Amino acid sequence: MSADPIIEVNGLTKVFHMGGVDVPALRGVSLQVYPGEFLAILGPSGSGKSTLFHVIGGLTPPTEGEVKVAGSDLTAMTDGDRTKLRKEVVGFVFQRFNLLPTLTAEENIAIAQHIAGRDRQDQAFQETIRMLGIEHRLHHKPYALSGGEQQRVAIARAIVNSPRILLADEPTGNLDTANSETVLSILKELNQRLGQTILMITHNPAAAAGCASRTVHMRDGKIVDS
Amino acid sequence: MINKMVARNLLHRPIRTVLSILAIAVEVTMILLIVGLGEGLLEDSQRRTRGVGADILIRPSTSSAAMNLSTADIPEKLVAKLAEEFPEIEVATGTTVMMQGDLQTITGVDWDRFLQMADGIRYFGGGPMEKPYDAIVDEVYSRHKKVRVGDTIRLLNHDFHVAGIVESGKMSRVFIPLSTMQDLMGWGGKISQVYLKLRDPKQTYPVIDRIKQLLPSYPVYALEDLLTQAAADVREMSAQFVNIIIGIAVIIGFIVVLLSMYTAILERTREIGILKSLGASKSYITRLILREALVVCSLGILVGFGFSVLGKWVVEAQFPLVSITIPANWLLGGATIAVAGSLLGAFYPAAKAARQDPISALAYD
Repeated sequence: MSADPIIEVNGLTKVFHMGGVDVPALRGVSLQVYPGEFLAILGPSGSGKSTLFHVIGGLTPPTEGEVKVAGSDLTAMTDGDRTKLRKEVVGFVFQRFNLLPTLTAEENIAIAQHIAGRDRQDQAFQETIRMLGIEHRLHHKPYALSGGEQQRVAIARAIVNSPRILLADEPTGNLDTANSETVLSILKELNQRLGQTILMITHNPAAAAGCASRTVHMRDGKIVDS
Repeated sequence: MINKMVARNLLHRPIRTVLSILAIAVEVTMILLIVGLGEGLLEDSQRRTRGVGADILIRPSTSSAAMNLSTADIPEKLVAKLAEEFPEIEVATGTTVMMQGDLQTITGVDWDRFLQMADGIRYFGGGPMEKPYDAIVDEVYSRHKKVRVGDTIRLLNHDFHVAGIVESGKMSRVFIPLSTMQDLMGWGGKISQVYLKLRDPKQTYPVIDRIKQLLPSYPVYALEDLLTQAAADVREMSAQFVNIIIGIAVIIGFIVVLLSMYTAILERTREIGILKSLGASKSYITRLILREALVVCSLGILVGFGFSVLGKWVVEAQFPLVSITIPANWLLGGATIAVAGSLLGAFYPAAKAARQDPISALAYD
C-alpha cells in the first residue's frame, strides 16, 4: 500500500472503570487500514473488537496510545471534535439496525443529512436509495420493514453523507442467511465499485472471507494475527 | 426535519402529550381567570361608579381610594352646605354603603337626587322607592337572584319589598332609602360618601381645591382620579395573591414538563444514542428536547386560552354578579409565564440527554 493509512492505531489501550475496578478492554492494539480497504475484524465475544470499533468511530476516547482517523488524532480530540468526526468522516452500521422507530425509512436516511447540514433528498440521497434497492419502502416505518430491509436503510443512512470510512458492527448478526448474503454483497459492492473504506466487525469467518480484502483476529483485547 | 421528529415523538405517546398539554392549559387558565376575576370586579365597580354621573367624590377621613365599605362618618348636613356654598354644583347627594356577603354592596340613596345626578335611569319593571322598606335592584341582580318586582328580599336582616328593577351600571346593584339604612345601621345623620355633579365639569379641580380648603380633613377626589387611584390600589393589594397563584401555576407547569420530558428522554435513550452516533451535537439534542417542550407548551397555551374563554363563560353564566375581564396584555403575560416554566422544566432533561454517553445509550434496552 503506497497511500497513507486512513486509520492508524498504535499501542491503543482502553480501560473501563466499573464499580471501582479497572477493566482493560484493549491492551496495546496496533492496526493500519488503507483507503479503499475492506477490513474484517474477527474475534469471540469479549475480545475487544467492539471497543476498537467504538474508539475508531469516535464514540469513546482512547485511554492510551495513538489513534489517527483520516489524519485526525483522536487522542487529542474533545467530545465536540469526536462528534464532528462522526458527522463528517465515519458512518455506522449496527447489528441491531438502530433506526429511529418514529421516523419512516426515508426520514431515517434524511435525518443523517439534516445532522450533517445537507439538503434533504439531494442527488446523493437518490443514488443511495437506488443502490440499496429501497425506493419502494421509503414511506414505511422500521416496524413495517423486514430485518434485511431495515439493515439496508441503516446502510443507506450510514453512507448518504459519503463518509470516508464505513464502520459495520456485526451487520449480519440479526439477519437470516438470505438477508445476510444480501447485506454482505451490498457492502462488497460499495467497497469494490465505489472504493468505500469499510471496517467490519464479525464473528463469522465465512462472512469475512466472502467480502473482506483483509482479515484480522482479536482475542483478549489484542490483535493476534492479520 | 427536526420539526417532523418532534411531531412524531409527540404523537408516539399521545396520552402523555395530551396530559402535558392539559397541564399547561390549566396553568394558563388559572393565571388568566384569577387575573381576569380581579380585573372584572374592578372594571364592574368602576363602570358603576362612573354611571353615577358625578364629577367629585368626598369620602371619610379614614377611607382610601380603593376602600370605603360599611362606614358612615360624614355628617349628612354637609351635602346641603356644599350645595349652598358652591354655585358650581348642580346636584349634591350623599349615600351610605354596606357590604353584603357576596362582595356586593347595598347602597342607601336619596333616590330623587340620585336620578337627577345620573340623568335618569331605565326601569325594567316597577318604579321608584316610595316606602321605607322598598328596594330597587339592578337587572343583573334580579336575574341572578331570580327576584321580580313585588318580591320580598332579605337585606340587613330585614324584609324589603322590591319596588323596581333598573338597568345595571349605575352605582350599585341594590338600593334602599338612605334614611332606612341610617336607621338600621345606627348611622343617624351620617353618610358614607358625598357625590357632587358640577354644572361645568371643567371646574372640577378649582372646586376641589376650594372644598379642600373648607374641609381639610376629608379626602376629595375628581371621580376619574379616584378610579385610577383605586385601580392602582386594588391591583397593588391583590398583587400578592395573584403572584401566589402564578407561582403555583408555574410550579405545576414546571413539574409536569420536567416529568414528561424526563420520562420521554429515558424512554428514548437509545434514540438519543443513535442521533449521537450520526454526529448530532449536544446543542442539536438540547434543541430537539427544548423544541418538543415548546411545542407542548404552545399547544397548552392555546388550549389554555380556550379554557379561559370557556371558564369565563361558565362563571359569568353561573354567577352573573361576577364579571371576568381578561386583559389583552395578560394573554401575553400568561403565555410568557407558561413558556418560562416549561423551558425551566425541560432544561434538566435536555441537558441530561445531551450529556448521555453514546455507547451506553446505544446499549440501552
